[in-house]
Amino acid sequence: MSHSSNDRVKDNRGKCDLALTVNGKPKTVRVFPMERLLDVLRQELGLTGAKEGCGEGECGSCSVLMNGELVNSCLIPALQAAGTNLTTIEGLADGPQLSALQAAFLECGGAQCGICTPGMILAACHLLNKKPEPTLEDIREGLSGNLCRCTGYMQIFEAVVQAARRRASA
Amino acid sequence: MTEEHIIGKSVPRKEGRDKVTGAARYIDDMTMPGMIYGATVRSQIPRGVIKHISFDPQFEWSEFVVVTAQDIPGKNCIALIGDDQPCLADGKVNHPEEPILLLAHADPHLLRKAVDGVSIEYEPLPAVFTIEESERCSEIIWGMDNTLKTFLIAKGDVDRVWAKADYIVEGEYTTGAQEQLYIENNGVIAAFDREQGITVWGSLQCPYYVHKALMALCNLPAEKIRVVQAETGGAFGGKEDYPSIIAGHAALLAMKSERPVKIVYDRLEDMTATTKRHPSRTRHRTAVGRDGKILGGEIDFTIDGGAYATLSSVVLSRGTIHAGGPYYWPNIRIHGKAVATNTPPHGAFRGFGAPQSLFAMERHMDRIAQAVGLSPVEIRRRNFLKAGETTTTEQTIREEIDLGKLLDRALELSDYTAKKARFAEENAVGPIKKGMGIAAFLHGAGFTGSGERYLASMVGVEGCADGNGTVRVLVSSTEFGQGTNTVLCQIAAEALDLPYEDVRIAQPDTNQVPNSGPTVASRTAMVVGSLVRSAALGIKQTLIAGGMIGGSYSAEEFRAACRRYIAEHGELRSLARYEEPAGVFWDDEKYQGEAYAAFAWAVYVAEVAVDLSTYSVKVEDFVALQEVGRVLHPVLAKGQIAGGVAQGIGFALYEKVIWQNGRMQNGQMTNYIMPTSADLPPIRIFFEEMGNVHGAYGAKGIGELPMDGPAPAIVNAIQDALGTRFDSVPLLPEDIFEALCAGGER
Repeated sequence: MSHSSNDRVKDNRGKCDLALTVNGKPKTVRVFPMERLLDVLRQELGLTGAKEGCGEGECGSCSVLMNGELVNSCLIPALQAAGTNLTTIEGLADGPQLSALQAAFLECGGAQCGICTPGMILAACHLLNKKPEPTLEDIREGLSGNLCRCTGYMQIFEAVVQAARRRASA
Repeated sequence: MTEEHIIGKSVPRKEGRDKVTGAARYIDDMTMPGMIYGATVRSQIPRGVIKHISFDPQFEWSEFVVVTAQDIPGKNCIALIGDDQPCLADGKVNHPEEPILLLAHADPHLLRKAVDGVSIEYEPLPAVFTIEESERCSEIIWGMDNTLKTFLIAKGDVDRVWAKADYIVEGEYTTGAQEQLYIENNGVIAAFDREQGITVWGSLQCPYYVHKALMALCNLPAEKIRVVQAETGGAFGGKEDYPSIIAGHAALLAMKSERPVKIVYDRLEDMTATTKRHPSRTRHRTAVGRDGKILGGEIDFTIDGGAYATLSSVVLSRGTIHAGGPYYWPNIRIHGKAVATNTPPHGAFRGFGAPQSLFAMERHMDRIAQAVGLSPVEIRRRNFLKAGETTTTEQTIREEIDLGKLLDRALELSDYTAKKARFAEENAVGPIKKGMGIAAFLHGAGFTGSGERYLASMVGVEGCADGNGTVRVLVSSTEFGQGTNTVLCQIAAEALDLPYEDVRIAQPDTNQVPNSGPTVASRTAMVVGSLVRSAALGIKQTLIAGGMIGGSYSAEEFRAACRRYIAEHGELRSLARYEEPAGVFWDDEKYQGEAYAAFAWAVYVAEVAVDLSTYSVKVEDFVALQEVGRVLHPVLAKGQIAGGVAQGIGFALYEKVIWQNGRMQNGQMTNYIMPTSADLPPIRIFFEEMGNVHGAYGAKGIGELPMDGPAPAIVNAIQDALGTRFDSVPLLPEDIFEALCAGGER
């Protein structure tokens, strides 16, 4: 077998339709079945909020919610996302109105360089959906699959506590 | 002086909204029409001669852009300090992962396979992997004697102190390499146009470093090179010099193909091929009096620079100057040396040599305490530098700093004395042994010695009439999480008495902004901040002189005046250039004088628990108390400290680079372990403002300081818990296990 660009770029043979719901909107895209969900989001759907930090499910920068569960989109083959309901960072704010978590991250210093922030906020979102009043231990545990090199996590914890409080009083 | 309205307030991070909504555009989020992808074929061996390069006939190579050293239009080097590092290996390789050949193709998947389709035949040469091997000189791999750089600091007469000493205390301390591990890997896009030249967008700290490197490499004049910083997902020094290499590679591919080329490393390539913290070895020999006062000493500080000189001389300089810690040395001789090995060059990483030499100093202080029979607290108290005394470079401490007071407060905040007494009792039974450790340290802000004078940074502030803000700050200083955008806008807003929202900051783009110097050395708030203030005041004075505003004005009056001035004169722009303050003395030859415009000071206290059933160490509490001058933005400042402490904890207990034949073997996040949210203690952060005035509105450098203290504080605490000496970091459970099995030295 020879390797040339005919293998892929000019030839869409092997691609299939993928129908799913992204941030509340139904979408259909042509994908290779084993393409990473991360690439589908970033390249086919133009949603670049999910980032690739390691490509092996360690850093959590590519985290999205799939049917409400937190997944590393770099580890999900495209076809596994067929028919699912996805939430990405782009789907959290309501127009110009930031979600409670986004506002709290901004206020408390939970985002520094910002590269882990989309995944971190989705992990926090997942945590608060499961446990609306998390203890500090719950937060430490709940975010431990998402690496942040800038903050030392302290201000991220503060942001989650503050968002939980605001969600409770809203 | 009027009350400040923005300085000291935690205003929203300028680019924060884009970061929490996912709208911020990092380099891998960007694409261009006709863009193709670039990849690097790298050396598989540490040292040797390239005999032959062959291409697997299974690939249609005519579809690929192939670049070798022969395609370089200018000089085959990465221009930085020395010019010893080639952009692409030409005939020989000096470290694993050294770039040899570049490929580009429209299909990134095919490109990845094609990298493996290039085979390099080598004639291997003997290689050198450690400081000791390099010093032996049985194989010369760099210059005449493998020595990249040396420094000598000498104060007083050390040779005479030994006879007077009541105690002579010796120790050897080592630190390992550490990966910066920004979560966004290195990446750039380069585009080439025959008329306009080269444009590079990238994840980088220092646009003008890349600019300089590309001029030499591509043989193009300054105006034909444009470097633009994209949003940058963490750097910590790791994007100080390396971006010049990856930008050079992308530029060569773009020139040859005349198409935009994107190179973004994956994690493995980033970790194995790019820079890390220099491994170090420090030897101390100290003469001490009966009362515990240091009479004098010798320090040998040696770092492993890797295969090329890159930034090693500057890292060595800072490490050498910080080697004496925050103590008064009447007599001292410090030898600093950087040696070459056949590993990828080590580079900048937060702290820049100081975490290495300060680890040694603070471990050694505990050893001196033990030898003299004083407590770790008392030995430090008796030797602290005081106002009016001189540092090892004979810089007089002019600020009112009371390190004893700082120490007392740190002890109180950490409940040090009571806990130590309690642990001494509790440690008698059970497998959990607890301990308390202290580190006292300093960190110089800004470039060393005459560095800022040579840089002569320039900053601009301009009025805007586009309705999008009132003024704009023009600097090449970059944001990569620390808060550059926010703090510089705060300073300009404060100087102009405008709302924070009225000030914005330009994207660092060498076509748009003056060279305010590299974003390194904890210099941005202090040095660049002062210039932003001057430039902003220049705008105000221009408007006052033109009769467009009075001495006091509303924001609306100021905006109207800006618009009017721009309508009449075309532009409203004020520039400020760094000028060295009068009376600063620095001797580059003798390494004597005012090493830094200001020092930040700190005392950190770590509480650890060592579990003797697993040999794991848990940091249970961490107090970080520092004096950094005026805190410009409390939330950002705390974020800097917490992040630095977390990296310091990683440096001490988790992050071990496993080397084999000069190549990192654990270049993945799976096997190179940084602290997660579940691993860290509460990091309790406190600031002491002692009324020292530096920089804009009294700020000193802050970014690197917190990297210096955690490792020695933690290892001191482990010694306190176990009664066994550990003099190396990282200190992993297996290291503790082995030391205890071997009987452990006390």
